Amino acid sequence: MLSRCIAAVCIVLCTILVAACNKKDAPANIPSSQTASNEILAVRIGHAAPLTGPQAHLGKDNENAIRLAIDELNNEKVSIGGKTAHFELLSEDDMADPRTATQVAQKLVDAGINGMIGHLNSGTSIPASKIYHDAGLVEISPSATAIAYTTQGFPGAFRVMANDSQQGKQLAHYAVQTLGLNKLAIIDDRTAYGQGLADVFEKTAVELGATVVKREFTTDKSSDFNAILTSVKGSDAQLLFYGGMDAQGAPMVKQMRALGITIPFMGGDGVYTAEFLKLAGGDAEGVIGSLPGIPLASMKGGPEFKQRFEAKYGVIQLYAPYVYDAMRMMAKAMQQANSIDPAKYQPVFAAMEYPGLTSTIRFDAKGDLVNSPVSLYRIHNGAWEFLQTAGGQ
Amino acid sequence: MDTLAQQLANGIILGSVYALIALGYTMVYGILGLINFAHGEVTMMGAMIAIAVLNALLASTLALPPLACIGIALIISIPACCLLGMTIERIAYRPLRNAPRLAPLITAIGVSIVLQNVAMMIWGRGYQRFPDLLPNQPFTFLHASLTPTKVAIVVISALVLACLWLLINRTKLGRAMRATAQDGQVAQLMGVNVNRVIAATFAIGSGLGSLAGFMVAANYGQADPYMGFMLGLKAFSAAVLGGIGNLAGAVIGGLLLGIIESLGAGYLGDLTGGVLGSNYQDIFAFLVLVTVLVFKPSGLLGKNTVERA
Repeated sequence: MLSRCIAAVCIVLCTILVAACNKKDAPANIPSSQTASNEILAVRIGHAAPLTGPQAHLGKDNENAIRLAIDELNNEKVSIGGKTAHFELLSEDDMADPRTATQVAQKLVDAGINGMIGHLNSGTSIPASKIYHDAGLVEISPSATAIAYTTQGFPGAFRVMANDSQQGKQLAHYAVQTLGLNKLAIIDDRTAYGQGLADVFEKTAVELGATVVKREFTTDKSSDFNAILTSVKGSDAQLLFYGGMDAQGAPMVKQMRALGITIPFMGGDGVYTAEFLKLAGGDAEGVIGSLPGIPLASMKGGPEFKQRFEAKYGVIQLYAPYVYDAMRMMAKAMQQANSIDPAKYQPVFAAMEYPGLTSTIRFDAKGDLVNSPVSLYRIHNGAWEFLQTAGGQ
Repeated sequence: MDTLAQQLANGIILGSVYALIALGYTMVYGILGLINFAHGEVTMMGAMIAIAVLNALLASTLALPPLACIGIALIISIPACCLLGMTIERIAYRPLRNAPRLAPLITAIGVSIVLQNVAMMIWGRGYQRFPDLLPNQPFTFLHASLTPTKVAIVVISALVLACLWLLINRTKLGRAMRATAQDGQVAQLMGVNVNRVIAATFAIGSGLGSLAGFMVAANYGQADPYMGFMLGLKAFSAAVLGGIGNLAGAVIGGLLLGIIESLGAGYLGDLTGGVLGSNYQDIFAFLVLVTVLVFKPSGLLGKNTVERA
């Protein structure tokens, strides 16, 4: 009997612990007493990113950047339609999973959001965008780079980052023309992002006269790449390009070096993270990554943003400045349109020229950036070092 | 030739880890007829605890040599996981020992979710980096590039398996375990403390899992709260492939699965002329599993004898 009691107590404790854990992540709803006043206009902003799983560090980074923007907006007491706007964040975990993404998108739409920032991944942004489109919402993805995202004919779908076509091209140019490497091995993680980036890289490299000697595949949940790397080793590849995220890229570099493969490793924005440096350690030396836009240090107000962000949330992982720009720009469009109704502020947003941190943001007819430079970086002495910026205006 | 040798080496290293984890599944199944789905998460806890200890040691002013650090980490993480395994058995399985078979299966899944969440609460949701204690410098042996870590994984696995064989076949506890596997009630009548034997089985299985988790973390340089799921699934498949409940079967199944996976990923693209790429490596491995089970439903070495332990 006693043992049953102990067991029951343990189970209850565990349940409470788990519940407490979940509670922390639940969207912070403002008590109704505060929003009841006529003076205050509640603006509900939706956000979705992987907050659990291998990319949770990136998702949290995005969420923190919105929080920073929202806190600042609330402090500035911006007025929309004669009322003081109070921004609320409804953040959901899409687990980087396309199916979950559509569920949380519906949940956010049902909660009556006025605008959407997200999703983080291309694979989640694309299926979810249909739901936001049907609800007539404006959706700004800070980091979905797959070309397909803005080519679906949804007027409300925007992104504040260069797409994979621009990024993959610059990486291929650098590999083939600047480094002069003609035999390439390509691995991708079969996600909309990884595959898309790798395909553009492959296409451009072949156009430039290079040959792809190995094309291998993995998943965005794998950790063992010895088999595919061995098959790369057996070829005469001079460079390995990986289309995917840091959680796989870092162990891939480690396993490459352990197998005695010394060729350079190159990736896109998915590997250009602080986490990559941490995970790959000494083996990271010489790895090349890219990020659409210009380096944070050369952004207008970049260093100040870094200071403000890091004082509150710790090291910037990757997309924080883009998320911050997306949020501030959406708020600006609401202010200019004097409305939080997506139908009213969407045309204003689409036509705006916004001087953001990352660049002066202006959209083309599809919702892609007009000015979209891509910067390349290389790991040197355990830190990402700026190489060059290419493309853009 | 070089590629084949390297792929075989990759497979054996991967397979040794699968074998160690598969033993945990198969021992528990042999004695209780229960599939302990929380075993993968125990493996994950082993890796996470070891990394936490290593980080604490490196941050301290002791300045111990790398091997001493690793030794201390293992001395702490393995008993911790033994204790964890025994606790899981005590809380989630023992009260349900006479319940329908489905009930402990559900609690097992529950325990694995709880463990995953506990790990996330303690260490956060991101990846934990395994400190660079061991040299990652490769050397060539029999046409294959190896690192000291990889060699250590295979050697330690082999040693541990030998010790386990001795334990099961040469000690009093081993005899009690074999007796319990044959018939728990009769064993109890003969004076075997069945509860103690089962607790010991969980402790040993979890200890092996913890060691395997440490090896995975050391080899891939990282660990995360989700790593237990896929590892557990693969090791469980290895146990089924070899014949669940059979110790030698778990080892053979683990090694086979590792080698099949490596060869599959390495040669599938070339063999099919690029129609099927290396993204089908898991499908290939499980196809072999299905084929074996169609012809030998109890696995390669599994038979309905009383030789389970």
